[in-house]
Amino acid sequence: MALDRWIALILLGICMAYGYAAWFTMDAGLAPFMQRNPIWPSTFPKVLSILGIAFSLIILLGLEKSVLKEAEIDYRRLGEYHLGQAVMLLALMVIYALCLRPLGFLISTSGFLILGSFILGERKWHIMGLVALIATLVVWYLVQEVLGIYMRPLPGFLGG
Amino acid sequence: MLEGLLIGLETAFSIKNLLMVIGGCLIGTFIGMLPGLGPMSIIAIMIPVAISMGDPSAALILLAGVYYGAIFGGSTSSILLNAPGVAGTVASSFDGYPMARQGKAGKALTIAAIASFAGGTMGAILLMVFAPALSSVALLFHSAEYFALMVVGLSAIAAFAGTGQVAKAMLMTLLGLIMATVGEGALFNLPRFTMGIMDLQSGFGFITLAMAMFALPEALFLVLKPKDLKGDEGEIKDLRITRAEAKAIAPVIGRQSLQGFFIGVLPGAGATIASFLGYAVERNIAPKAEQDEFGKGSIKGLAAPETANNAACTGSFVPLLTLGIPGSGTTAILLGALIALNVTPGPRLMIDDPQIFWAVIMSMFIGNLVLLILNLPLIPYIAKVLSVPRNYLIPFILFFTLMGAYIGQNNATELLMLVGFGVCATALKFADYPLAPLLIGFILGGMMEDNFSRSMQLYDGVSFIWERPMTLGLLVIAAILVVLPSYRARRAKARQEGVAEGD
Repeated sequence: MALDRWIALILLGICMAYGYAAWFTMDAGLAPFMQRNPIWPSTFPKVLSILGIAFSLIILLGLEKSVLKEAEIDYRRLGEYHLGQAVMLLALMVIYALCLRPLGFLISTSGFLILGSFILGERKWHIMGLVALIATLVVWYLVQEVLGIYMRPLPGFLGG
Repeated sequence: MLEGLLIGLETAFSIKNLLMVIGGCLIGTFIGMLPGLGPMSIIAIMIPVAISMGDPSAALILLAGVYYGAIFGGSTSSILLNAPGVAGTVASSFDGYPMARQGKAGKALTIAAIASFAGGTMGAILLMVFAPALSSVALLFHSAEYFALMVVGLSAIAAFAGTGQVAKAMLMTLLGLIMATVGEGALFNLPRFTMGIMDLQSGFGFITLAMAMFALPEALFLVLKPKDLKGDEGEIKDLRITRAEAKAIAPVIGRQSLQGFFIGVLPGAGATIASFLGYAVERNIAPKAEQDEFGKGSIKGLAAPETANNAACTGSFVPLLTLGIPGSGTTAILLGALIALNVTPGPRLMIDDPQIFWAVIMSMFIGNLVLLILNLPLIPYIAKVLSVPRNYLIPFILFFTLMGAYIGQNNATELLMLVGFGVCATALKFADYPLAPLLIGFILGGMMEDNFSRSMQLYDGVSFIWERPMTLGLLVIAAILVVLPSYRARRAKARQEGVAEGD
């Protein structure tokens, strides 16, 4: 089964769970005065869930023949691309998200930029460090001073 | 109209807004030149900046400038490197790249710039004429018609966006609508589908979703499959064109501005379709001798797609500004930005905030002028951005994506959602699911449900569908739009299309 049909299967599951929530769980807690309303909070989701199930079934059962075309990246041969780098960069983004508050903006951002280039194969540490530091300070200045959005610059124990 | 023009001039010619146009065009050109980064990701990245400025006219002017700049930058890399930065400029590389190979890169860039300028300016004039007319019609609409109109818009997007894969595009649209129902709706004040997670109480963040749908997958694609950015290292010189050449491309520009504009107005058909169609039409109507030149460096073959894609970009603002319904991913992002700035685009826009509407139109003229007189001479220097090593470029793109999602909400959970959705979006992109319908559905979802609920309440049930002829008519059109392409696709299964995905 091709990837697009697997995805249709997953989406079918999502639509069914969504439909279950809309049809069977939402109306129970409805206040009596709202029940006289022609439209309930669950009305629109009910319609959507049915349509969603219908269209995912159309794809899943292959009722609409998909046109084969040259994809930019062939997912069947994913291993031949730089998959490791992509996964590592994604992991780095997650780590950045988790570190942004505790470590402060300046440290986590320069770390992110340096490690990002490192993952992609850069080894000139002095240039990487300089570029990352300048970029971090400029962005922090712009966000903090020009746009006026507060971002904790340093870790808490350094008074940031 | 004259009064409106003056209001627009007054707003657009403030120092701040002029800087916005110039800055937007330059940023757009810079990033649009990088192959693999389309206008949608650039605009998604710029949105937090635009929103935090707090002034809707300035924000829209900035974002529109970025949009043109990106299309212009995309054609530069199409011509110089045969590596289109933007799907809408693929057709420009058919004749632009051969010209550059013949040492006429400077001339090709000039023709591209003039054609873009003419297309954009003509588009802006047409927009000025048609938008007020359309929006006075739209003022007669009732919420039932609005609901039906949104259904038409969404089905048109699904019908035209995917190449013959209506079911996939429809499913993506529905998924967007489903995601829009998560969180607290305005009409019921009840949290829905939050699964008890506090962070979902206010729904998914629109910027987060826009980044995850466009910026992140494009960056990941750049990581997975590095694109060769090596050009022919040729000097870009001799930017002048002769009088005979100008005469040859003038009728092409005239025809393609009109055609491109009207294609751009249709929901779902954007700059990409306009440029391919423009190229095909011009090749077919050219005299036999010139026809053979197409694909080998014909100036007409370069002028046609360049004019058409810029005119289409302008045309795509018509449904956004008059009906409040975006026809493409890019205008959907602009709509999201406007809503965040507390402006509701639609027929009331011209009455309530005429300065926004007219300032945007004026800024289109200024933007096109900026591209022609400021960017063109700078192109040889801007092209240096193509030599920035990818090892530095990609971490920065990722960082700006993260920053954009973060400064909108100041919430680190948003970043985790961004990465999660980004991975899902990349998988969807692998399987050839179009992503723009999802975002458009997400943005329209809330408005669509509100209008639907309002008409349900007014008519005490679904009877509004058959009691209002206009609603019924629009819904029938929507049904035809969905059914017809899949019927035709079934019949013309063998015919393959090589058109890249929309803009």
